[in-house]
Amino acid sequence: MKLELRGITKRFPGVVANRDVDLVVQPGEIHGLLGENGAGKTTLMNILYGLYQPDEGEILIDDAPVSFDGPGDAIDAGIGMVHQHFMLVPVFTVTENVMLGVEETSGPLGALDRDAARRRIVEISERHGLRIDPDAVVEDLPVGVRQRVEIVKTLYRQSNVLVLDEPSAVLTPQETEELFGIMRSLVEGGTSIVFITHKLNEVLEIADRITVLHHGQVAGTTTPDATTREDLAAMMVGRQVDLVVDKDPATPGDPVLEVRDLVVRDERGHTSVNGLSLTVRAGEILAIAGVQGNGQSELVEAIAGLRDIERGEILIDGHAYGTDPRAIYAAGVAHVPEDRMEEGLVGDFTVADNLILTSYWHPPYSKGMQLDGDAIVASANDLVEQFDVRTPSIFNPVSNLSGGNQQKVIAAREFSRPLRLIIAAQPTRGLDVGSIEYIHGRIVEKRDEGTAVLIVATEIEEVLALGDRIAVMFQGRIVDTLDPSEATSERLGLLMGGAHPEDVDVEEAELAPARTVTDG
Amino acid sequence: MGDEVERKDAPEPEDERPLPEEQPVGEPPRQRSGILGALRGLVLPLLALFTALVVGAFIIILTDFELMGLWASDPVAALAASWSSVTATYGALLRGSIGDPGALIGAIVTLDGDAFRRAFIPLSETIISATPLVFTGLSVALAFRVGLFNIGAEGQLYLGGLLAVIVGFSLTGLPFFIHLPLALAAGFAGGALWGFIPGLLKARTGAHEVIVTIMLNFVAYNLINWALKTPLVQREGRSDPISKIIEPSAALVPIFEGLRAHWGIVIALLAAVAVWWLLFRSTKGFEFRAVGFNPRAARYAGMSIAWSTVMSMVIAGGLAGLAGTAVILSGSGTLSPGFSPGFGFDGIVVALVGNTRPLGVVAAAFLFGALRAGATPMQSATGTPLDLVVVIQALVILFVAAPALVRAIYRIRAERVTGSEVFAKGWGS
Repeated sequence: MKLELRGITKRFPGVVANRDVDLVVQPGEIHGLLGENGAGKTTLMNILYGLYQPDEGEILIDDAPVSFDGPGDAIDAGIGMVHQHFMLVPVFTVTENVMLGVEETSGPLGALDRDAARRRIVEISERHGLRIDPDAVVEDLPVGVRQRVEIVKTLYRQSNVLVLDEPSAVLTPQETEELFGIMRSLVEGGTSIVFITHKLNEVLEIADRITVLHHGQVAGTTTPDATTREDLAAMMVGRQVDLVVDKDPATPGDPVLEVRDLVVRDERGHTSVNGLSLTVRAGEILAIAGVQGNGQSELVEAIAGLRDIERGEILIDGHAYGTDPRAIYAAGVAHVPEDRMEEGLVGDFTVADNLILTSYWHPPYSKGMQLDGDAIVASANDLVEQFDVRTPSIFNPVSNLSGGNQQKVIAAREFSRPLRLIIAAQPTRGLDVGSIEYIHGRIVEKRDEGTAVLIVATEIEEVLALGDRIAVMFQGRIVDTLDPSEATSERLGLLMGGAHPEDVDVEEAELAPARTVTDG
Repeated sequence: MGDEVERKDAPEPEDERPLPEEQPVGEPPRQRSGILGALRGLVLPLLALFTALVVGAFIIILTDFELMGLWASDPVAALAASWSSVTATYGALLRGSIGDPGALIGAIVTLDGDAFRRAFIPLSETIISATPLVFTGLSVALAFRVGLFNIGAEGQLYLGGLLAVIVGFSLTGLPFFIHLPLALAAGFAGGALWGFIPGLLKARTGAHEVIVTIMLNFVAYNLINWALKTPLVQREGRSDPISKIIEPSAALVPIFEGLRAHWGIVIALLAAVAVWWLLFRSTKGFEFRAVGFNPRAARYAGMSIAWSTVMSMVIAGGLAGLAGTAVILSGSGTLSPGFSPGFGFDGIVVALVGNTRPLGVVAAAFLFGALRAGATPMQSATGTPLDLVVVIQALVILFVAAPALVRAIYRIRAERVTGSEVFAKGWGS
């Protein structure tokens, strides 16, 4: 089935989300749709899926114009969408989830025919190599398998065009490879795939053709052979971008952060950090790689004084501060939390208020019990200028800002004072190339000023780009610490997935790394 | 979710944010514009009031049986009669709550004592009704800003009344400038205690404040009944539950001789200013609001959620306690069960209509006070049942609670959802 979007324009009050966008997806093709956050990818796909009506332009299937009044029409026309956030009922089985909405029934009372659905699911999964247990309950399945369930769901509805919205955002590198295998097998079977992403490597690896959106317009269409990462990034951002973080070798000084034999429990009482030790020195970046949920969040919270520790000690410049976030703040620690909107910012507060969120209680922002509005405004104007936060005014609610600008607000708040240590959890999650470049630059700048930096990241690219040393965290421990020169994506991926360091060494015997294992 | 581009490379500002987001460009700072913000926040409630009055007009017409016959025989006359019926009713309501414009002007011009008094009686009655509502409205609004739903203003009000009346009658021989503040402080403390309990339970055990405050209302009510039967509180020679009468030195006296409106309203307005300062100008208010909007971020910033929860409930309880105090220390100066016709629960409505802003709360309290004060004169003047006022109140609440409906009627574009549509978010979540 050939899918074509022709001259699509979509306006929202005050903005043009898509302007005259053309997109042709040939049968059996993987079409990469690349663009920064807010470039109009999602709007375009929502038009394709019938959630929005275009103001101008038309959708053609096999050269015949069609119009979709809702997702139902799009599904009937053979378009299947796998959203970034899965639309599954956790307590249902795979079969029940797949048949939901298109239930097959039998008998006069319309009893659910699970067996028929189950047979079709088994058949589909065998045909496309989508390993899946039709009787498993979805909440027990790992993320990668849930995604497979979503894909099976679309195939069950006989989709010929599959739209995958940022499918790799939640996957480990190995799971991503598996997904790519599935995508290739689907395409061989004649399905077309629209692959939405902002990751350059992935689109170069898997796509047959690539369309880049920028400011709601098509910035160009190309093939992986005819382009490079640099060119794609430039098309996405509209200018040349530094993809490699430009940094000199670290000159580590004295230890700033020392964590010894730390044990921390999570909310449910499970031990999530389990006897972890690490040291971060002044002027170096220690990057912790790991799949989410291996105790990174709890580690960061413990260091920031937000979580009780069960055992072990955390020393900042030789002092233990316990659970006193203010004292830790005063000791020169900046904390960039994992989740911007959930934790780092108060969405309904203005930009100015968010800029004093961790400092409102001391001069110059307050005197006694009274906030000093003039000092707050003056400092906010200054920081917005200095950190290039794009906001119509410092009095706008911070939730109106783009993700990148929200992160800049946090950076402005946390980095704009004398620091000894930065703890940053996933500092660039969900950000686009331009913002990532900016945040990385700021972190390296702080390192060069002699600040110790601890980064927690799930993206291997980020770990490799920033880390002066790289530690891999698995099930609450540091399983290995590597020098960036000896850390490859494959090797990190295996370690993150729980492979034993010695086994990895056997597999990559030629590397013969001389590494330091800090974990005791 | 706009684009991330360096400033020098952003030639088309219009294109910078291709996603559908409304940009309240140059919106004034919320914490720096009490008055402007409150006015903006009052647009929807005012439209809601207007809509409620229009619907109320139809109810007046449709429930008039004489008119019903007329519609069949002479529609034109019926239309005219309907109009005059509606204007007469609303006219009487207005005269009962604000006064007769002619008499008001005459009184000011002539400065005749008697005429003055008579002309201002309706306004005075409105103020009397509004005073406790300002306090309970502030109580609910303050707690709500911290993410707590205080359903317990009624119980807090009773406890405040009890402590105030005890201090009022048991201390004798004090000058009023010592005795009155003491009684007020006792009233505040009584309510504060009744707010402290749910606050502490919430902070320590996570017990939901809605349940706890509702239950404490019953406890408070029965506690009052019991206390009024003890020799300490019960008036000598009485067998019914009624307290001793407060000393004159503890009374909230009328502002003007001959009018019932008393100094309680001044204290209420000062309380509104204090709450406004606390919420929008003080460091503690910054914490309160941060905790209310996003507890996780507040915790991240080193604020104590438990402290904010307890403190805000203590202050909210104290404010509600002052509502009871203002009622008890004025007028008869005595406490009896059922002295509050639900001021605490009306406080929820006042906070809602007032958009949980102190200034809005004051305006809403006066609106509901006026409706209440005007109802009886309206009934005696036009025969329209008192219940119409209750219906109008209910309609105002309905329209305020459904902002989308009012926006649709008047085709107002939705503002960004901010803290203003608080109650739509649901219970203290």
